[in-house]
Amino acid sequence: MAHSLPSLGFKLKHAVLLACLAASSSVIADTSLSNKLLLTGGVSQVEGAAGGGLTPWAVIGGYGTNDEIGANVHYTYAKTGDYKLDSYGVTVGFYDRVELSIAEQKFDIGNLRNKVTAGLGADVIGRDTLDQTIIGAKVRVLGEAVLDADSWLPQVAVGLQYKRNHDDRFIKSAVIGAKSSDGVDLYVAATKLFLSQSLLVNSTLRFTKANQFGLLGFGGDRHDNYQPQLELSAAYLLSKNIAIGAEYRMKPNNLRSPANAALFGGQKVVDLDEEDAFDLFVAYAPTKHVSLTLAYVNLGNIATVAPVGANYGTQDGVYASAQFGF
Amino acid sequence: MYKLVFSLALSSVLLSAPMTVLAEASPNLGNTAMETDEVFQAFGGKTGLVNIMDDFMINLVNDPRTKPYFDNEKQTYIKAMLVEQMCELLNGGCRYPGRDMKSSHTGLNINRAAFNALVEDFQLAMDKHQVPFRAQNKLLAKLAPMYRMIEEK
Ligand code: HEM
Repeated sequence: MAHSLPSLGFKLKHAVLLACLAASSSVIADTSLSNKLLLTGGVSQVEGAAGGGLTPWAVIGGYGTNDEIGANVHYTYAKTGDYKLDSYGVTVGFYDRVELSIAEQKFDIGNLRNKVTAGLGADVIGRDTLDQTIIGAKVRVLGEAVLDADSWLPQVAVGLQYKRNHDDRFIKSAVIGAKSSDGVDLYVAATKLFLSQSLLVNSTLRFTKANQFGLLGFGGDRHDNYQPQLELSAAYLLSKNIAIGAEYRMKPNNLRSPANAALFGGQKVVDLDEEDAFDLFVAYAPTKHVSLTLAYVNLGNIATVAPVGANYGTQDGVYASAQFGF
Repeated sequence: MYKLVFSLALSSVLLSAPMTVLAEASPNLGNTAMETDEVFQAFGGKTGLVNIMDDFMINLVNDPRTKPYFDNEKQTYIKAMLVEQMCELLNGGCRYPGRDMKSSHTGLNINRAAFNALVEDFQLAMDKHQVPFRAQNKLLAKLAPMYRMIEEK
């Protein structure tokens, strides 16, 4: 499994590119297989599930209704002060009931690697990227987020995300100290469109051990147990195809670099303190086949090693995502 | 008898308040009417509704997803009923005289795809007549829950 996943990721990238081309050439010929209302399938969140940018929602991805299958591919790029994230994947919604997704993430830490190598005279990081594959499944259990405008009852879904980090040697090393290179996040999401207010709200409760979404592995010296994390989103519809909104996502703080005690007399030289994330976004769906999301995102601290000049602190910047669907 | 006394009492209470419409709501309306006529005005009043429904019906017949339902001799009747129904829902002083949503749609086999298609065609007609998006959503919020009475699959 561990060996086959990277090559799967490679194939996935080609599939995503091909699908983008196919979708953009079929933009004019609206199929009758996408009969959900515009933007009501959400966009692809960073881990591949349908939702906002950061958090999965209770909606089922794609524009398929209860007797249709909908699918889309996405590519997401995020650039904070000192790191970059590339992510792409596929999301398929079956009969507005079940959603399956797969996403590949590539987190660029080249900047940190160079500073650490220069400062210590040794390439202790030894790689420019940290990669992971995320396989997701979601089931809508009750409610109708869009049409039940006369009740307060939200649409509710349960989901899981199996994450496999491909750099387990490094994330389990004394620099990071993660306990595991794979993990499963479990979540319950509730989504409600307040149609007469043109406002969509979502709240998700996630149980996770993931460090920085899993890019730094699972569990650590501080905590190695499942913790509940709250994620909130609100989106205001400006028109049929433009929404603006904000999201907040709690993240656990599991890591305490073992190197600090082992090498630096307990001083916090490698600072892996994890903080909550938030974003402010605008999503635009020119047609049912395309949606574009642009956001300001703040991920908090990721990894700071001040003595080598990697004095990074809060990581914030731009998040851009494009999604093509059928 | 008790009912009569009650409604007399009620109407005297209502009359003392600055109310405009006292007509009893149509039992077949499908949802409660709005409290004010603000959104009705945003739709351009009854003339606005008539014009919107004309374009709505053209969209429905041009849309392959809804054409099989509307490409027939009932168009004029359905348009007239829709005008009355929307007018009453928008508190525009009308009384919808048509059938209820359940019995008027039984046997039509309407699914979610057809329901959403109709909503999209309605949105296009409202856009064409420059109904502000927020006002559109206020009316759609009254119509959307009717899927429970209209859909059969
Ligand atoms: C919220 C959505 C809808 C509303 C408010 C609505 C409203 C109405 C009204 C007021 C009538 C006339 C009732 C009467 O006979 O007195 C009607 C009839 C009809 N509606 Fe709808 N409707 C909706 C959705 C749909 C959908 C989704 C379809 C199909 C795609 C549809 C197809 C028809 C047809 C074919 C008739 C004529 C039935 C007959 O008399 O043979 N309607 N509708």
